Amino acid sequence: MGPALDFLTLLPYVSELLKGLTTTVVLTVVTTLTGLALAVAVAYLRINAQPWVRWGLGGYVEVTRNTPFIVQLFFIFFGLPGLGIKIDAITAAFIAMTLNLAAYSAEILRAGISATAKGQLEAGRALGMTTLQSYRHIVLVPAFARVYPALISQSIIVMLGSAVVSQISVFDLTYAANFIQSRNFRSFEVYLLITLVYLLLAFGMRRSFMLVGKRVFAYQQGEQR
Amino acid sequence: MIEFTFWDILRNLLLATRWTIVLSLIAFVGGATVGLLLTFMRLSSNRWLQRLTSLYVDLFQGTPLLMQLFLIFFGAAAMGHPISAWLAASIALTLFTSAFLCDIWRGCLEAVAKGQWHAARVLGMNYFQTMRHVILPQALRLSIPPTVGFSVQVIKGTALASIIGFVELTKAGTMLNNATFEPFTIFALVALLYFALCYPLSCYARYLEKKLYDAGLR
Repeated sequence: MGPALDFLTLLPYVSELLKGLTTTVVLTVVTTLTGLALAVAVAYLRINAQPWVRWGLGGYVEVTRNTPFIVQLFFIFFGLPGLGIKIDAITAAFIAMTLNLAAYSAEILRAGISATAKGQLEAGRALGMTTLQSYRHIVLVPAFARVYPALISQSIIVMLGSAVVSQISVFDLTYAANFIQSRNFRSFEVYLLITLVYLLLAFGMRRSFMLVGKRVFAYQQGEQR
Repeated sequence: MIEFTFWDILRNLLLATRWTIVLSLIAFVGGATVGLLLTFMRLSSNRWLQRLTSLYVDLFQGTPLLMQLFLIFFGAAAMGHPISAWLAASIALTLFTSAFLCDIWRGCLEAVAKGQWHAARVLGMNYFQTMRHVILPQALRLSIPPTVGFSVQVIKGTALASIIGFVELTKAGTMLNNATFEPFTIFALVALLYFALCYPLSCYARYLEKKLYDAGLR
């Protein structure tokens, strides 16, 4: 018979847990915003730019989607300094997460954008909208609304995947878990608690995304359902 | 100190790739088996079985794979039955894969129009006959592209086994890096090898998807 579970041994480590939680939340919020912004740019350029730009961005998207996140992270953190580009762990985590989310989201957005008929854009121009206005209102926002659920899931996947940044010593939730279990030797309790926290984060993220979506895409609801 | 040439590095990485492939196969075959059981549990008329299965799927989709790996690896040890990294990785990846495949397959089965169920039942077919002759053949066709696509996630998921010390491609990369201090070359090669495994599968999934689309099934 093994030892019983004892969660009280975690009490002295509340500050570490909070520190890890803060890092994970901040990293997630920031990279979700930068990642989605970059995704819009990549999706736009993959449709409208010069062939060589499209080709290059296609390469970036495919390489990112077909290699593990941990390898991307190691390449950025350990590999780039070999070229003389020195970055600290948290910056590497930020770059890796942003590039990862952007590659997946750009593909999702591209599907949403190509669902918009060309004629609509021309109609917008004919109504006197500028190119930027018509692109924004006719193509981009409806495309976003259309693929919003997929973007939510992808952002959550990146948040869950961020557990790996602990491996380059970023003090995130997982790092906190590893730190605590190395002190109190209660690995199972620690990881169980942290897993629960991730589950709540994923749940909370989905809820807040949906709340934001309800407001931002309010006028699209009719078209959606 | 041993000197590593480029070819030594590449050879060692290729040797480690075998274990990535073996682990991926175990996870995929195991995951498909468990996933199939789960899919039928999910579709059963017992409400508790349905709830239990969706809870299972939500738990595995809502937590990091790394945590699932840690819980099984350290959990088994905490219960007094330490297991090897090999076994822990196989179990964790199998469970992880089964949850995602269950979700994918349930979607495919539900995508076959409800009317067909009713039509088959009206024609006098029972549940199993309907499943076997009407629903499954159609759902199977729909399910192949996303299943092939998900196999890419399984291969990428095996990289996390490196963290609990299982020597596959990623772990071999970090070990070689510690010996040679050539991180740029090594991690570029590691990425390239993963790409070589995953990209053909991605392309094949996309091709299958397009074929279904052209056949008017999507």
